[in-house]
Amino acid sequence: MQDALFYLFAALTVLCGFLVVANPFSRNPVTSAMFLALTIVSLAGLFTLLHAYFLAAVQILVYAGAVMVLFLFVIMLLDVKEEGRRKIKLFGLITGSASVAAIFGIFFKIFVLTTPTLGAGLPPPGLEGVTKPLGEALFTQYFLPFEILSVLLLVAMVGVILLSKKDLR
Amino acid sequence: MSASLEHYLVVSALLFCLGLFGVIARRNLLIIYMSLELMLNAANLAFVALSRFNNNLDGQVMVFFIITVAAAEVAVGLALIVALYRKRQTAHVEDLTLMKL
Repeated sequence: MQDALFYLFAALTVLCGFLVVANPFSRNPVTSAMFLALTIVSLAGLFTLLHAYFLAAVQILVYAGAVMVLFLFVIMLLDVKEEGRRKIKLFGLITGSASVAAIFGIFFKIFVLTTPTLGAGLPPPGLEGVTKPLGEALFTQYFLPFEILSVLLLVAMVGVILLSKKDLR
Repeated sequence: MSASLEHYLVVSALLFCLGLFGVIARRNLLIIYMSLELMLNAANLAFVALSRFNNNLDGQVMVFFIITVAAAEVAVGLALIVALYRKRQTAHVEDLTLMKL
């Protein structure tokens, strides 16, 4: 059952990720945004399979909720019809394929070289990513980064307000 | 036989490659941003998988931080895109040649 769910979510993640970057039917950014939301939801499914329940919930709330709404708002402000009229540049496709081939070669080499040892010596997984231990770690061991993160969010908020002012000087 | 660590890492690697391809090959700023999100999510998946199979919660705390930073980054980036669109009426990287010699 878990295996079937893993393959289902993994296939859905990769397929929707592909449709985000290279949709053969439509180059509308709205379509890409919708497939990105689907990718994120299936990633949350994978998180659930990894017993990271809290992170799955946060993934859906923050990414599929807040970030996607932000994306769709900005797409609404811009002109999306123009995208279809643009030609796809061959140069970009070639450089993109080359760099992806290079980095996939690195990944492949890592997997092939370390496959006997990567997951072998480990005990059977027993970690439960439920809310309580995560919150304890966050508020004891990682309290300083947590507070710095709140300052970062404040800085981002001030910056966004400044950037979106009408007369940007 | 359940899905092992390698299975998750392969999915993460594939997702990262897709994101990288989108960043390099596509010319629309919004789609480049979505591809960036894909790459961040691939890193998140690798963190959660390694955290689960190593019985260590630190990876999940890291993912928590990454999600927060990604949300802030998206907000700032999209505000930049909107400001840019207001000034130049474009969201394509090909039209942004101001720094070209």
